[in-house]
Amino acid sequence: MFFVLLTAIFGPYFTVQNPYDLSDIQLADAYKPPAYLEGGDAKFILGTDQQGRDILSTIVYGSRVSLFIGIVGTLLTCAIGVTLGLISGYFGGKIDALIMRIADVQLSFPTMLIAIFLMSLLGRGIANILISLALVGWVRYARIVRGEVLSVKKQEYIEATKVIGLPNFRIIAKHVLPNVITSIIVLSTMQVGSFILTEATLSFLGLGVPVTRPSLGMICSDGYQVLFSGLWWVSIFPGLYIMLIVFGINLLGDFLRDELNPKLK
Amino acid sequence: MEKILEVENLEQKFDLSTGVLGKFKFKKGRLVKEERMVNAVNKVSFSIDKGKVFSLVGESGCGKSTTARTVIKLVEPKGGTIKFAGEDITNFTPGQMLKYRKRMQMIFQDPYASLNPRQKIIDIITEPMLFHKVANTKKEAEEKALELLHKVGIRPEQATRYPHQFSGGQRQRIGIARALAVEPEFIIADEPVSALDVSIQAQILNLLMDLKDEFKFSYLFISHDPLHPYTKVLLSAVPKLSGTNLKRSRLVKGEIPSAINLPSGCYFHERCPYARPICKEEMPTEKEVKDNHFVLCHLY
Repeated sequence: MFFVLLTAIFGPYFTVQNPYDLSDIQLADAYKPPAYLEGGDAKFILGTDQQGRDILSTIVYGSRVSLFIGIVGTLLTCAIGVTLGLISGYFGGKIDALIMRIADVQLSFPTMLIAIFLMSLLGRGIANILISLALVGWVRYARIVRGEVLSVKKQEYIEATKVIGLPNFRIIAKHVLPNVITSIIVLSTMQVGSFILTEATLSFLGLGVPVTRPSLGMICSDGYQVLFSGLWWVSIFPGLYIMLIVFGINLLGDFLRDELNPKLK
Repeated sequence: MEKILEVENLEQKFDLSTGVLGKFKFKKGRLVKEERMVNAVNKVSFSIDKGKVFSLVGESGCGKSTTARTVIKLVEPKGGTIKFAGEDITNFTPGQMLKYRKRMQMIFQDPYASLNPRQKIIDIITEPMLFHKVANTKKEAEEKALELLHKVGIRPEQATRYPHQFSGGQRQRIGIARALAVEPEFIIADEPVSALDVSIQAQILNLLMDLKDEFKFSYLFISHDPLHPYTKVLLSAVPKLSGTNLKRSRLVKGEIPSAINLPSGCYFHERCPYARPICKEEMPTEKEVKDNHFVLCHLY
């Protein structure tokens, strides 16, 4: 995971070219296979695509976009979902019923369908992707946080704060939230991975990021068009990298879950 | 004698059915509206003199804790009146309750659940102090908190620890210190020792009595175990034992009746060894048998 993050942050200083700077690309370099194959160029370790872009460089640049969407999208989703979950669980009653019914309705549609629908409404763009991911993802947060709040709320230390007379907002912020934060953190790491995948799928379908700032999914999609004409590396390497990132994130999530659970220590 | 707390005909009910649809049931082919209510507290009355200990004793599940929670307005009462220091607080809003929150506090039953696991001990004690302006600065609050912790037997260097680093008895001491932090006049102790080891129980009870002498407040003391040595001493302060004033272990048989479908007449008649036909028909009224000693029973 650290490797992936470091690559995304510092990678551009080491790549042979900026694949999205036209002056950097030589069309003559197009269709080069990976360096270890016959006809490969040592300069392009993983080969080049139709327009002479180095695949390794596109992966590095693409992972920046993918990670940005995954992380910022998760933060946004987290903010919406946790707020609604806290309100829903703590106050209960009508507001709880309202929020949970909206969540139920949304859960009865496939996630992808809603995301595709929203993207086709909003149009391409990184901001739009973030919005639709947040609108799709808040339900999981709201439900999990609500469940946790329901169990925390019954604890005597919350009753003690009420006997003291603390205002609701302060009880939620200082006494409820710190006791549900563990599951939020664990869920968030998982969510980053799942958002990267969702974004990749959307981009693959042509509903994702703009062409000028392709993510890993977009690169896969570009390569897909020439996949069967022998240029398998254009699609396969970015695809493998997505897998690596998501796998790493899921491992991190498992680790955090075990680490933050005092019962397992 | 001035009364700190007067409770009259207090009632507490909980609706079991969930939502509007839950109230309708099919019975014999018909749709019937049925309300399933738990009658947790049925017309309880008592009053507590200033500076006195009042003990509320009863079997587990008979509604003692619910009474306590209603008196301190954690749950809104469904009937009856609660007067605190002469003022009717029954229908007070949370905002109106605020200044009374400083005057009445609660010690909880389970020391493992009553302290926020993510708060340091010192913060647990200073938070109510700062909120109710018992202390004006954080520094003053911390000094007061340390002094209070010392009184309940927690050393100053332990103050920056988290609750899970303490034993049950120590946690209960911290819970007591939190209740005392706002310098209340009245404390509800909801079975404060039932979750503790027998050896620790006596220590905590002694601590509670010592603190009472020092700070001059009144207690509503809730216990489920009338055979407890401490409660035996207090038994003279207990005004009624649900109609029988003899040894319970021999005389009371069976379980407490369902709180959903209350028995007719006296709620106790199914289990009372002295039950008469009238007990099944009519609810007894309150009679004063001795000075200040009331009984709800047809026998008197």
